[in-house]
Amino acid sequence: MSVLEIDHLAVDLPVEGVLRRVLHDVTLPIAPGEAVGLVGESGAGKSMVSRAVIRLLPEGAAVHGDIRYAGDSVLAMGRPALRHFRTHDVAMIFQDPRAHINPVRTVGDFLVEALVERGERRESATTTVTALLASVGVSDPERRFRQFPHELSGGLLQRVMIAAALAVSPTLLLADEPTTALDVTTQSDVMVILDARRRERGLAMLFVTHDLELAAAVCDRIAVLYAGLLIEDVPTGDLRRDLRHPYTAGLLASRPDPVSPRRRLAAIPGRPLSAFEIGPGCPFAPRCPFAVARCLSERPELRDLDTGRVACHRAEELRGQLLSIATPGAASA
Amino acid sequence: MARVEAPLVAPTEAPSRRRLDWVLVSTSSVIALLVIMAVFAPLLAPDDPNYANILATNQGPSAAHLLGTDSFGRDLLSRLIYGARLSLLGPALIIVIATLVGTALAILSAWYGGWFDRVASRVADILFAFPGLIFAMLAVAMFGPGLLAPVVALSISYTPYLMRVVRAEALRQRNLPYVAACYVEGLRVRTICTRHILRNVMPLLLVQAALSFGYALVDLAAISYLGLGVQPPTPEWGVMVSTGQSAILAGHPQESLLAGLMIVVTVVAFNLLGDRLATRQKGVVRA
Amino acid sequence: MWKVVGERAVSLVVTLLMASVGIYGALFLAPGNPATLLAGGHATPAVLAAIERSEHLNEPFFARYWHWLVAVLHGNLGQSFVYREPVTTLLAGRVGNTVFLVLYAAALIIAGGVVLGLLGALDRRAGAVITVVTSVGLGIPSFVAAIALITVFSVKLGWFPVFGTGSGWLSQLWHLTLPAVALAISWTAYTAQLTKAAVREELGREHVETARSRGISTRHVIVRHVLRNAMIPITTVSGLTVAGLIAGDVVVEQAFGINGLGSFLVQSTLQKDFASVQAVSLILVATFVVVNGLVDVWSLVLDPRLRAGRA
Repeated sequence: MSVLEIDHLAVDLPVEGVLRRVLHDVTLPIAPGEAVGLVGESGAGKSMVSRAVIRLLPEGAAVHGDIRYAGDSVLAMGRPALRHFRTHDVAMIFQDPRAHINPVRTVGDFLVEALVERGERRESATTTVTALLASVGVSDPERRFRQFPHELSGGLLQRVMIAAALAVSPTLLLADEPTTALDVTTQSDVMVILDARRRERGLAMLFVTHDLELAAAVCDRIAVLYAGLLIEDVPTGDLRRDLRHPYTAGLLASRPDPVSPRRRLAAIPGRPLSAFEIGPGCPFAPRCPFAVARCLSERPELRDLDTGRVACHRAEELRGQLLSIATPGAASA
Repeated sequence: MARVEAPLVAPTEAPSRRRLDWVLVSTSSVIALLVIMAVFAPLLAPDDPNYANILATNQGPSAAHLLGTDSFGRDLLSRLIYGARLSLLGPALIIVIATLVGTALAILSAWYGGWFDRVASRVADILFAFPGLIFAMLAVAMFGPGLLAPVVALSISYTPYLMRVVRAEALRQRNLPYVAACYVEGLRVRTICTRHILRNVMPLLLVQAALSFGYALVDLAAISYLGLGVQPPTPEWGVMVSTGQSAILAGHPQESLLAGLMIVVTVVAFNLLGDRLATRQKGVVRA
Repeated sequence: MWKVVGERAVSLVVTLLMASVGIYGALFLAPGNPATLLAGGHATPAVLAAIERSEHLNEPFFARYWHWLVAVLHGNLGQSFVYREPVTTLLAGRVGNTVFLVLYAAALIIAGGVVLGLLGALDRRAGAVITVVTSVGLGIPSFVAAIALITVFSVKLGWFPVFGTGSGWLSQLWHLTLPAVALAISWTAYTAQLTKAAVREELGREHVETARSRGISTRHVIVRHVLRNAMIPITTVSGLTVAGLIAGDVVVEQAFGINGLGSFLVQSTLQKDFASVQAVSLILVATFVVVNGLVDVWSLVLDPRLRAGRA
């Protein structure tokens, strides 16, 4: 039984008065305690998925398909149900804590706000949150409580955001590029803390990122989004061992190799398409070195393949060849 | 900040160049009509604005007097048309003087900085302490009522507002790489300031001038209304609101109301024009 | 924070001193003999000699200014030679009306402006209407509003008195309602436009999104995050409103025949009573500067980011 089921989700957003498709078809279940990395380039629509889950899409957005939390449709929830869902079951960690925390209220106000909102006394909320601050590596919690966001570094502020998310004891975490806005040096610290707290509490997580490596490091499964379409869903363990989609292989190849750094980086030719630009075929076909005529005319279904799912007409026949592109050693040899 | 993946919100009404911008068109037409009215008043006015007829006072609209007459039996339409002259000339002078002086001071402050900038900003701070109308009244107390004293006083009073806005933009321009490039190429400071910085400050200046015009008109009309500016029987809208006030109690509000309406229409037209120019500029910057 | 407040206070006092030098110096910049100006035009040589002596006009400028400043700080605003009375005495009976009128108008502006602005920002259809109404309202000067209100509510409908201030609190409220509305109209429109823009801006901020994602109720999001933050830009630009209220008060008092500081300033100017003009100008300018200073401190209270001293 999944804690979250995203079922054929499609989203249209109004752009200059016209609805424009930003998400075509995403079906993604998340099991309790499971971390799923949703990976894609800018414009692939990955943030739209997490926003749709917590019903934060901009006004005028049209949502198709369904999203179910513990069997209940999130999209059909009325106000009270939605509030209960947001205050008890799910918590979102945003990319830029400096923008996403009200700059004129104290850090303490921010931390306890959600707990107080659902009826807890401020004192008990403060106790809960103070303990949490220590667990995410924020020292001197009493002082931090009285400080304002601008008095804290980005890394500290993101820990505060994580603590605030954990405070409501959710079962599902949505993390939208939680370390992208941070300094490189603090990124890994924050990620380690987020990963550790999630594991010890057994929370399910949808981890949205453009960084395949990072997702692979903390997630149980990787889902790859391209131009608003889910094109692959694979257990992290199989990701490098058994490549099934040319795009994922390309992503893996285009990362710097720490072992032989002087190797020239492989880049996927062409530019990523936006969801509304794609033709009738496979969205990746125009850039795919393995594309055949069928790829341009017929859109591949996302289908089960071994341990995961893949949307590629030639997945079976390419399985062997792809490994060689994605392995730096093999490519330079 | 590369947060947004797809355009979350449509850019707010950046008016496209092709579509007709009716706010821009209608406000500028109203302003053009007012200016034509002022310039060609002798041709347009049906009657002598100062011809009094005590046998035909406070009349309603008729064929002879399209908008009726005032308490001296003078033709209201003619007085309103002639009134446009001083009512518009005063604020126009104020804005021209304040803009020229303000811009010059602002660009000098932005370019040279240092003591010049500090003194100019300090003087501006002191002038900010005087609401324009109070400053103008002080000038009237010193030099006597009329058009000159309030116009000069309000020009001085409006200068720091224009200066502050232009200075900020000129300072931004001054720190842009293209100015450094001009400097390196050996262009004279005067050339850089007039040909480049001034050119780039121009659109902003236009917006500020349009918005300030409305305020200047209100201030100057208020001075006339209080009896401290242009004196009756000269036709001027502020004066007309005041002289018409005594007839209101007798049930003849037309002179005050019509003169007031002219003021409102003019101010609203300039405000809307300024606002629209400002949004268009923002649209251009965004694009 | 107190360091920043201290800095602002020092700069406020400097501005006040410079402005007072300007107001006092106006007497000597004006064409003609200062003693004649103070006498209000025609005066016998004996009277002029007496004025020169009592006002220290034979001493150097800054000595004269010093005498004047010390007297002002002791609550002595000089002598009106036109009315032959101390200016302070002349003002005493008038200040109350002015303060009542301005505070009444300020209350209308804050209440009306914020409510209209909030409504305009939250409701699309109301927003369109409010945009049109405030654009017109912004262009209605207080004296035009005054005559329109008198025409409709006093003459046509007879609901409100045309002139005067009335006696007793309720009667004063009744008498000053039209003047306060006349004074408030354009600034209410201005405040509404500002509020609408500020609230729209805040509604689109990321931290508001965070609050919504946490299930904070709409009411709390609006009050605690949107309005709370929108108050900062609204406060910052309210200096213009304060200046407008002070200048507008002069005009409205004259329009409704209210016996206050403003109408006194107009009459003094018309009667060439220079000492009274200086005194009232000084009071109005000082009030404006001090209120602006308080607004500055209030924005420090509202915005913790400013307290660190970074602009």
